[in-house]
Amino acid sequence: MKRDWLPLLLIPALMIGALPLIGSPASWVTLTVAGLAMGLMIFIMASGLTLTFGLMDVLNFGHGAFIAVGAFVAASVMLALAPWMTADSIWLNLAAIGPAVLAAMVVSGVLGLGFERVIVRPVYGQHLKQILVTTGGLIVAEQLLKVIWGPDQITLSRPAALRGAFLFGDIAIEKYRVLAVVVGLVVFAALALTLNRTRLGLLIRAGVENGEMVEALGYRIRRLFVGVFVVGSALAGLGGAMWGLYQETVTAAIGAQVAVLVFIVIIIGGLGSVGGCFVGALLVGLTANYIGFLAPKVALGSNILLMAMILLWRPQGLYPVAKR
Amino acid sequence: MTALLSLRGVQTNIGRYHILHGVEFDVAEGGLTMLLGRNGAGKTTTLRTIMGMWRAAAGEIRFDGRDITHLATPDIARLGIAYVPESMAIFADLTVQENLILAARSGPPDAKRLDWIFSRFEALKRFWTLPAGFLSGGQKQMLAVARAIIEPRRLLLIDEPTKGLAPAIIANMIDAFRELKDGQSTLLVVEQNFAFARQLGDAVAVMDDGKVAHQGGMAAFAADSGLQQHLLGLGMDTHQ
Amino acid sequence: MLRSILSDDLPRSRWLALALVAILVGLAVAPFLFPGAKSLNVAAKICVFIVLAASFDLLLGYTGIVSFAHTMFFGIGAYGVAISLTRMGAGWDAVAVGVVAGLVVAIVLATVIGLFSLRVRTIFFAMITLAVASAFAILASQLSDLTGGEDGLNYRLPAALRASFSFGDTLFGVRLNGRLLDYYLVYAASLVLILVLLRVVNSPFGSVLMAIRENPFRAEAIGYRTVVYRTIASCIAAATAALAGALLALWSSQTNPDTTLSFDIMVDILLMVVIGGMGTMYGAVIGAVLLVFAQNYLQDLLAIANKALAGVPLLANLFHPDRWLLWLGVAFILCVYFFPAGIVGRLRQKR
Repeated sequence: MKRDWLPLLLIPALMIGALPLIGSPASWVTLTVAGLAMGLMIFIMASGLTLTFGLMDVLNFGHGAFIAVGAFVAASVMLALAPWMTADSIWLNLAAIGPAVLAAMVVSGVLGLGFERVIVRPVYGQHLKQILVTTGGLIVAEQLLKVIWGPDQITLSRPAALRGAFLFGDIAIEKYRVLAVVVGLVVFAALALTLNRTRLGLLIRAGVENGEMVEALGYRIRRLFVGVFVVGSALAGLGGAMWGLYQETVTAAIGAQVAVLVFIVIIIGGLGSVGGCFVGALLVGLTANYIGFLAPKVALGSNILLMAMILLWRPQGLYPVAKR
Repeated sequence: MTALLSLRGVQTNIGRYHILHGVEFDVAEGGLTMLLGRNGAGKTTTLRTIMGMWRAAAGEIRFDGRDITHLATPDIARLGIAYVPESMAIFADLTVQENLILAARSGPPDAKRLDWIFSRFEALKRFWTLPAGFLSGGQKQMLAVARAIIEPRRLLLIDEPTKGLAPAIIANMIDAFRELKDGQSTLLVVEQNFAFARQLGDAVAVMDDGKVAHQGGMAAFAADSGLQQHLLGLGMDTHQ
Repeated sequence: MLRSILSDDLPRSRWLALALVAILVGLAVAPFLFPGAKSLNVAAKICVFIVLAASFDLLLGYTGIVSFAHTMFFGIGAYGVAISLTRMGAGWDAVAVGVVAGLVVAIVLATVIGLFSLRVRTIFFAMITLAVASAFAILASQLSDLTGGEDGLNYRLPAALRASFSFGDTLFGVRLNGRLLDYYLVYAASLVLILVLLRVVNSPFGSVLMAIRENPFRAEAIGYRTVVYRTIASCIAAATAALAGALLALWSSQTNPDTTLSFDIMVDILLMVVIGGMGTMYGAVIGAVLLVFAQNYLQDLLAIANKALAGVPLLANLFHPDRWLLWLGVAFILCVYFFPAGIVGRLRQKR
């Protein structure tokens, strides 16, 4: 199979290019791991969004709501299980985090089901209304979060087992970031396997290319779409939970804030492409961390610059999806 | 022979444009009906309306005695109707194999049937694991047809199968369609190439300006050059 | 006469006409009818937001594109004036420099974004503008040397606009001071800008925009370069938004990210235009008045409901005075579904 490796090469190129600028190898390793962790968390949140766009031409501007809900639900569960969270046993810690993450995914997924039904379905095919209504959904959801959890931010602290860093000589790697990288890679592998090795994945890939023809072959694409939407929402919830634990605070605005990064990532990757989303997320995460170290004042501007450069190179994003 | 498919007074609008104004014709079971007509007469729209990809604003479409006018596209397909659009609409990101796996809805493709398809469209075997986007135009057309016939279907709707094909491949296509017909499939084929249509068709329906202007046997139509001239205009034979 | 002032775009509804006259007259006499700093502030805000919402309607309603960067241009206009007043001192020359600089930056930026992303799809443009606007907001709060960071800038207005400036005694019990002058400056400028926008949307250029909105492919086929038209429209909208920002800066003598650049303001504008009625210009007027009122007075109403429900846990929170945006958000969604032409559309239907 012929593959387009060029975008993928950007990641090592960026890493190597940053090394001389940063100077100290120890800082470079720390920043690189931080960038990968951030990138993979964003990837988790963005993957569902890019797939629903590819599949049904629906872009949910309210995607951030699922991220925020995930963060809040996970925070609530972890606060309820506080004794386990603070216990000095990694197993008890994980016994608190596991259910918290699961609850975040379930609640976000269920919310996604409702959101698809009430907000998205009535405006299929009408882009302008879609943007407006899903933005409206985000506004309402953000307010409801404040109704339920109160307007103030919730402070979380990571359990002992996930605090601190692994030390290799003078290189420090934060434990939580390693976990984030592992979870992110697992999600990516699961998605890649599903898309490439299963019939369901074939259907999704075919649907992204030409949904109408998939229907003409006798498949009910709307169900497929609802399924992808729900899974995407659940993943956003997972990402939100991880992000909240990473920042150690949760606010209702978290959704809208992270959603901006998510949008940048899926634009860079090429709307509809999961592989592009992966590469884009890593690029964004790495750039943000490198620039954050080199020139902290322009850190977020760096993402825009990255986006502009990539769009100048490939106007449809790194991996444009073949369309109709 | 009874009609497997029948259209009565079918009207279709695309946006503000009225494309079909009362299409009526029958497709006999087990036969090959050619749907002919000038460019813009409404042939493609008719096929898409049968598939439910455009909605009929009025009229009735019956398949095997059942009203399918308001069914959704996947449900229409599940009754045993396959569609090959003019654009071919193959999935370029998927390999040839994956395209066919997807088209075989009820399970892995049947080995014997696959062999038969390979015997007619040899290129598909050769490029089995290549993403379909890399196929040539003619090979894409073969894949599109193969996708429709990978499992037995009762009715095949095929839009311009010979468009852009080399004569040798057209000959294979003719053989394939004949064998399908023998295998109890019914075909409705839109065609511009009258030589091809005349060789293969049992019956003919000719569209003009969103209506069926003539329906009858292919033999009689092929013999009546005046009628051909009137309905299809000049240059039908020279088209491709 | 009236026809030509309104560019032949009459309200076409008795109730709408009545409401518009009430707004026009109400704002004109507001300083005398409702004296007091708070109400004057509300009135001035209404004027500014009418212009801001109307300029957004040019994009959303007339051109059919969603930009999330409209507050960015608003902020550019405001910061232009604020920065020049801070740096050059409180003179009219500084105001002029600030306004011109804001306009130039806004137009250049709008052109770049437009040419970059308007040739693709609505969704793409919406996402890009969202990303650019949020980066800009962060940049503005980071570059604290220039912008004052999160706290923003506090500066002195030109002497004639200060409360200490007096041009007479009192009229109907209201002191004739610089604030009054400032208010009428904002009022008059807003009125002129609205009339200009009305002229734009009713010009041949406006008809092309609407043709593009209805069917971009057809418009392109007829020979209109849709990218060019859309980019020009977004430049006009950006310039008008920048002027609205300049007016705000001239009114409030302080400019900060929260009042000019935040996503909350973007949401407000979106609500104003959609609830008021997209693609009508007058809808922006109605929507802006409604929303600014809601912001300032719906809270009082909710407080009453909140008190009545004090015992019920979740329900009481639902009617918490700070949750006014929740209810407007619901109204917004319902509007998009059921009344795409908003309040103005409803009023016109009734006629």
